[in-house]
Amino acid sequence: MSILNKFRGKSLWMLHYCTGCGAIEMPPVMTSRYDMERFGIIPMATPRQADILLITGYLAVKTLKRVIRTYEQMHSPKWVVGFGACTVNGGMYWDSYATIKKLELYLPVDLYIAGCMPRPEAIMDAFIELRKGISSGKYEGWKKYIENYDWYKKNQAKLFDVKKWSVNYE
Amino acid sequence: MNINILYAALAPIVAILLGLLYIGIGRKIIARLQRRYGPPFYQQYIDTIKLLAKKTVSSHGVFFSLGPIMGLAGSMVTLLFIPFGSAAPLLSFHGDIILVMYLVVIAPLGMALGVGEGSNPNGSIGMARGLTLMLAYEVPFVLALFSVVLYTHTTSIAQIVQSQAGEWSLLKFHGFNWLTFALPISAIVADICLQGMLGEKPFDQVIAPHEIASGPMVEYGGKYLGMMVINHALHIYIETALFVDIFLGGGPVWFFIPATFSVFILSLIINGVLPRFRIGQALKFYWGVPLILAVIGIIYTMVVIK
Repeated sequence: MSILNKFRGKSLWMLHYCTGCGAIEMPPVMTSRYDMERFGIIPMATPRQADILLITGYLAVKTLKRVIRTYEQMHSPKWVVGFGACTVNGGMYWDSYATIKKLELYLPVDLYIAGCMPRPEAIMDAFIELRKGISSGKYEGWKKYIENYDWYKKNQAKLFDVKKWSVNYE
Repeated sequence: MNINILYAALAPIVAILLGLLYIGIGRKIIARLQRRYGPPFYQQYIDTIKLLAKKTVSSHGVFFSLGPIMGLAGSMVTLLFIPFGSAAPLLSFHGDIILVMYLVVIAPLGMALGVGEGSNPNGSIGMARGLTLMLAYEVPFVLALFSVVLYTHTTSIAQIVQSQAGEWSLLKFHGFNWLTFALPISAIVADICLQGMLGEKPFDQVIAPHEIASGPMVEYGGKYLGMMVINHALHIYIETALFVDIFLGGGPVWFFIPATFSVFILSLIINGVLPRFRIGQALKFYWGVPLILAVIGIIYTMVVIK
């Protein structure tokens, strides 16, 4: 299976969930200035086609529901990248009542990009690290989500009614 | 008999590999147009293998799964009628140019079947746009082919290729018996229609990732999407090969492959610099100047053959 992992690492289709302010750093990365397509990374329009879920910045409880639903619609193998300090520990929204603080309680985050906000160089660095890790089989968060499904659902249930929002997951 | 089976098995493989290579090099050329470095030329092979190696399969029903398969099957059958340059196709008879026009439609119809069961509004809009666009470009394209049939007095693609045959060698260029020079107006119309057939801008309303989230492919992912990518590669090969066979004289392999590639790159470069039409504008465009040009092309042909 390691040969297939090599192919997976070299072709990463990305769904960027851009509700946070970090989204403004994505256009230079996608377009001619930094050109992430040279590493085989292209933005995709729907979760069904995507391999990476990139979460740029803070998530309100309301948007977390949408993110979880999006994540569960993606086809595995899939990876989550947390972008910016807000996904690590809440960042500048550390005392906000409306946002979640640690993303990894609700979704299996494979890689964090620290910073408020990270520069495009940091994003490119993270993508190259993700590519290396996927090729060597290091990042397997999607397996973790299936194995610890109850734990993730329990954490999500503290915030909202999971039964109304979850999708059937095999 | 055995050679025929071998041909039927090998032709799709060669066409898929060529089509994926064309898309890959095309991505590089688009990147250079935008002053980027761009992905490697084999990126499209990697993407296809990755899609086919996805683990989850999410289907919405029987016809959802059958749609991409039907599209792929339609493209593969069409391929058996397309001559590979001056090499004769597996199936060839009088009237196969009309049959090919029908067979090319099977792939979008198969997709429509699958997309309907996905019941995603974006997919339905994309499919409606696709069928409208087909209605738009088929009318001038069929008229352009009609002038070819008038000129060559045959409805078999292989015989149209033969009628343009000359002595081919690396030193001597015998392109002057091409139908492009005999029927320039029809060739221009067919090339404009090719832009719509390939779904390149300004006629990429069907996919339009920014408005309708990649249209028909919206609910498809993983292995299904891999099949659709392969189908797209086949489609590119079929359309460009049809154009080269009819208007650029087919020719030997060393001419045929660069010629199909050049036809694809021409449409890709137009794609690189233009924005997208609305679907109504595309219909108006095709039923305007290209349609009038196609009629003028037929009149021109009748004057020439008199």
